Amino acid sequence: MSKTAELLKGAAQLFPDEVVTSAHVRHLDLPAGAGRFALITLDNGLDHTKPTTFGPQSLANLDAAIDQVEREAAEGSIVGAGLTGKPFIFAVGADLKGVELLRTHEQALAIGRGGHEVFKRLSSLAVPTFAYYNGAAMGGGVEVGLHCSYRTVSRAVPAFSLPEVFLGLVPGWGGCALLPNLIGADRAVTVIIENSLNQNRQLKGGQVFDLGIADAIFDGADFLERSLVWTASVLTGQTVVERAEVDRGEAWDAAVARGRFIADGKVHGAAPAAYRALEIIAAAKDGDLQAGFDAEDEALADLIMGGELRAGIYAFNLVQKRGKRPAGAPDRNLARPVTKVGVVGAGLMASQLALLFVRRLEVPVVLTDIDQERIDKGVGYVHSEIDRLLGKGRISQDRANRFKALVTGVLDKADGFSDADFVIEAVFEEMGVKQKVFAEVEAVAPAHAILATNTSSLSVSEMASKLKHPERVVGFHFFNPVAVLPLLEIVRGELTDDASLATAFGVAKKLKKTAVLVKDAPAFVVNRILTRFMGEVQNVIDEGTPVEVAERAVEPLGLPMSPLVLLELVGPAIGLHVSETLNRAFPDRFTVSANLAAVVKAGKRGFYVYDSGRPELDPEVAALLRQGDTVLTEEETRARVLGAVAEEIGLMLDEGVVAEAQDIDLCLITGAGWPFHLGGVTPYLDREGVSERVNGKRFLAPGVASVPA
Amino acid sequence: MPRTVRDVVFVDGVRTPFGKAGPKGIYHETRADDLVVKAIRELLRRNPGLDPARIDEVAIAATTQIGDQGLTLGRTAGILAGLPQSVPGYSIDRMCAGAMTAVTTTAGSIAFGAYDVVVAGGVEHMGRHPMGEGVDPNPRFVSERLVDESALFMGMTAENLHDRYPSITKQRADEYAVRSQEKAAKAYADGSIQQDLVPISVRRTTPETGETGWGLATEDEPMRPGTTLENLAGLKTPFRPHGRVTAGNAAGLNDGATASLIASEEFAREAGLPVRMRLVSFAYTGVEPEVMGYGPIPATEKALAKAGLTIGDIGLFEINEAFAVQVLAFLEHYGIADDDARVNQYGGAIAFGHPLASSGVRLMTQLARQFEAQPEVRYGLTTMCVGFGMGASVIWENPHFAGGAQ
Repeated sequence: MSKTAELLKGAAQLFPDEVVTSAHVRHLDLPAGAGRFALITLDNGLDHTKPTTFGPQSLANLDAAIDQVEREAAEGSIVGAGLTGKPFIFAVGADLKGVELLRTHEQALAIGRGGHEVFKRLSSLAVPTFAYYNGAAMGGGVEVGLHCSYRTVSRAVPAFSLPEVFLGLVPGWGGCALLPNLIGADRAVTVIIENSLNQNRQLKGGQVFDLGIADAIFDGADFLERSLVWTASVLTGQTVVERAEVDRGEAWDAAVARGRFIADGKVHGAAPAAYRALEIIAAAKDGDLQAGFDAEDEALADLIMGGELRAGIYAFNLVQKRGKRPAGAPDRNLARPVTKVGVVGAGLMASQLALLFVRRLEVPVVLTDIDQERIDKGVGYVHSEIDRLLGKGRISQDRANRFKALVTGVLDKADGFSDADFVIEAVFEEMGVKQKVFAEVEAVAPAHAILATNTSSLSVSEMASKLKHPERVVGFHFFNPVAVLPLLEIVRGELTDDASLATAFGVAKKLKKTAVLVKDAPAFVVNRILTRFMGEVQNVIDEGTPVEVAERAVEPLGLPMSPLVLLELVGPAIGLHVSETLNRAFPDRFTVSANLAAVVKAGKRGFYVYDSGRPELDPEVAALLRQGDTVLTEEETRARVLGAVAEEIGLMLDEGVVAEAQDIDLCLITGAGWPFHLGGVTPYLDREGVSERVNGKRFLAPGVASVPA
Repeated sequence: MPRTVRDVVFVDGVRTPFGKAGPKGIYHETRADDLVVKAIRELLRRNPGLDPARIDEVAIAATTQIGDQGLTLGRTAGILAGLPQSVPGYSIDRMCAGAMTAVTTTAGSIAFGAYDVVVAGGVEHMGRHPMGEGVDPNPRFVSERLVDESALFMGMTAENLHDRYPSITKQRADEYAVRSQEKAAKAYADGSIQQDLVPISVRRTTPETGETGWGLATEDEPMRPGTTLENLAGLKTPFRPHGRVTAGNAAGLNDGATASLIASEEFAREAGLPVRMRLVSFAYTGVEPEVMGYGPIPATEKALAKAGLTIGDIGLFEINEAFAVQVLAFLEHYGIADDDARVNQYGGAIAFGHPLASSGVRLMTQLARQFEAQPEVRYGLTTMCVGFGMGASVIWENPHFAGGAQ
């Protein structure tokens, strides 16, 4: 048994549940009499909904297939060897479940080396090797092809990426070293860093070819046939593959610098993966591949043993799995069909909701408001947004016509809602107003209609309390911008029944939102945590710490924006309003900042001015601030703010606001854009010891979003 | 309005390698529509001068129009092949003469002036769609003795044809079959066949039948080069005890697809497309269903009469070898020797296989190659028998004909 085989055998024992990929070797005669060819097919024996992955046994299988092909190449019985995938899938990289199980640096190192040792054999056979990217290719799937002499790609490939940095890894089976040497550092930075950090953006087949990753591109209809015909012409010398010269001068350094700039903008230095990848890309400039592979192994092992990756995988699974099967949602068979939607209010939020509902549900959506002018404005807004989609080519003229015809407005709720199955209100955030609106809707809407509220902080149960049928009221809390943030907090009131809740979840699914079931508690999840978080920052400032120190204190988290910039986005007035609501509910923990009130009163939209191109404290705001004399360091501030967040989450879990800490994290990732490397936040709080310090226990068991003990 | 009949030409023809139907066959895990789609795409690649948007029709034949051979295959195959949405399509069925009918029907429309250029072809995946799948014959066929019970079983109709021609013995049929295999092997050795094949990627997921994974089909699977009379002598006669028809002197059950470009001669010349054959006449006739193999005889008589030609004018024959006896009956009728050099020069369906509705275009593609190589020949014939008692014949003129006494 070779050293590699031994290494992989050891790794395979750690991972008995691996979905094993076979590497089938089949021989064929190339067209045009070009000779005998060995084609390796990667196939896990399942259909395309279960993409092919590489675990240790899968790598061992590929290793054994290469043993055979290597022998045949050496004895001259084949003229070339190829690698392709099952229908629609090439291979989507390492099996993340296997990565989660790794406990020691040694084991992690073995996985990196194992992959390298197997893949790089493809570059040193006695015959040329070809990768045929027939379908989705990610991570190790892309990398195995990079080790081949030539590559073709199908124009039908829908997704091709090196997503490692997105998860908290580096492309560690050759990607960091090989890709810049194949297509140049700048393009490699685009694929490895920029696309990864841009919500894991995928390349399509055409782009793979344009970037120079593939040497030839063919249509999906007869991709493999054409690839083999092309292979024959390459092997017989009829086709000569020419690749653009890689610029190893200043362009290489500039590309790495660009990568750093992108990483700084996205993770603010808070997650190591992108920077490790860039180090390897930088070092690959001299073309020493083996040095690059060794550096990849080290980086991979370090990152696998670090918390950011475990948090990243945890976050990925939350979004991909828990986000699609919400914890605590009732049986979906209870859901009633929704064939018409009513929207109370025609303001900006209401109009955005109308647009979302019509696009996703494709049913009539009726807006109402207190006067015709507002209604016309709301409908006009939706129609103009539909036209914008048409202009951008996102929808066809027929669909635009259809959507516009579906969105109407009426003054009299009785006209609009008498046959609506789902009515959502987006009116002024005041209990009395909302109760009145629901009473009016109940008077005209069918008995089965769901009454949903987009309230961000009011009690859903109280809102329902004066109705004849309070059991059909649900909270349906979207996050701004509605079209961008995936989260939808679905709030169950005290009397909400299962059918109504199931209907709400059914609608959420059609809206393609990530629905999380939330108890009817003040400000629900995201706003409560963000308010506590920002409130604590505000407290520290109010007590005397300079604004810039307080802001810098939370930078190491790598949040999408600083607390005060976030407050500006939300609007200081709304922020103040939510803090007042929470202060009423929990006066001992939520304060109402006098400084914030003053800023709101002065009509300021934010704390900063951007005249210099960078945020600077608005002198007018500075003049309003009345600070105490307790000045904290960044470290002290951070400890206090994170402590507050940990305390609040602990209390929320005790109150049963959500089922588990996982739901809190899912909400923060999808509703507040908190980063994967924090795993939302509880893995980070556990990792930094904050949970233990504040609550006396971790949120998540060791091994969940962290290296197993 | 005044109307001029236009000359119709065969521009080009391609096909997939033919496979053996069933779990061991190369196409066991390949869809029928994919076969015909890949043939159409090859046709377009080979004729880059043709703007696909100019194609006026896609006529695709299949006998069993179910599943991957259903859904108006001409239209769906066009979309799957990447033809512009504006190109229409339809499906055709005349059992074994499906692709031939696709050619002649669209040719009629071209002559009429409705079309300039079309794709015509056929497909049959007899592994996925065995003969008789989903059929529901009207009970009157039997109760009113409209047809003999053997009419639905092609092998039985071949035995019946042996009865009609007592001089055609099993020995003669076997000898014919051996020659077909020999000629096919030679045609392969000469490279006459491969030039019109499109390679097909084939997947195998069960190890019982060979190496698993993706492979590539580049030649006909059914061929049995080196077949001897002795090999054939011992084969069973499944359709009748002590009968004459065996798996060795008949075409097998096969999978495959064909596609051709048919155009008005004027259009072909203007577009710079090759003109490989010029359509002279065609005819279909019905015969007693229980001797369907007799069909090519009257169909050819009819086509010759329409063209004002006699059998002596035909310099090359491409006769579909559903059964050796059916070819021999034709030859006997017209007084042509069993081993006449003009007949099936490349061998026939006994060697290559006969995926029912696809075969007509294979005959034409091969005749076109023979025309190219033999400019001294002016006329050629493609003919085949058809289930339920029919014959189909198309007479072609060789555009390369270099003149002569005729």
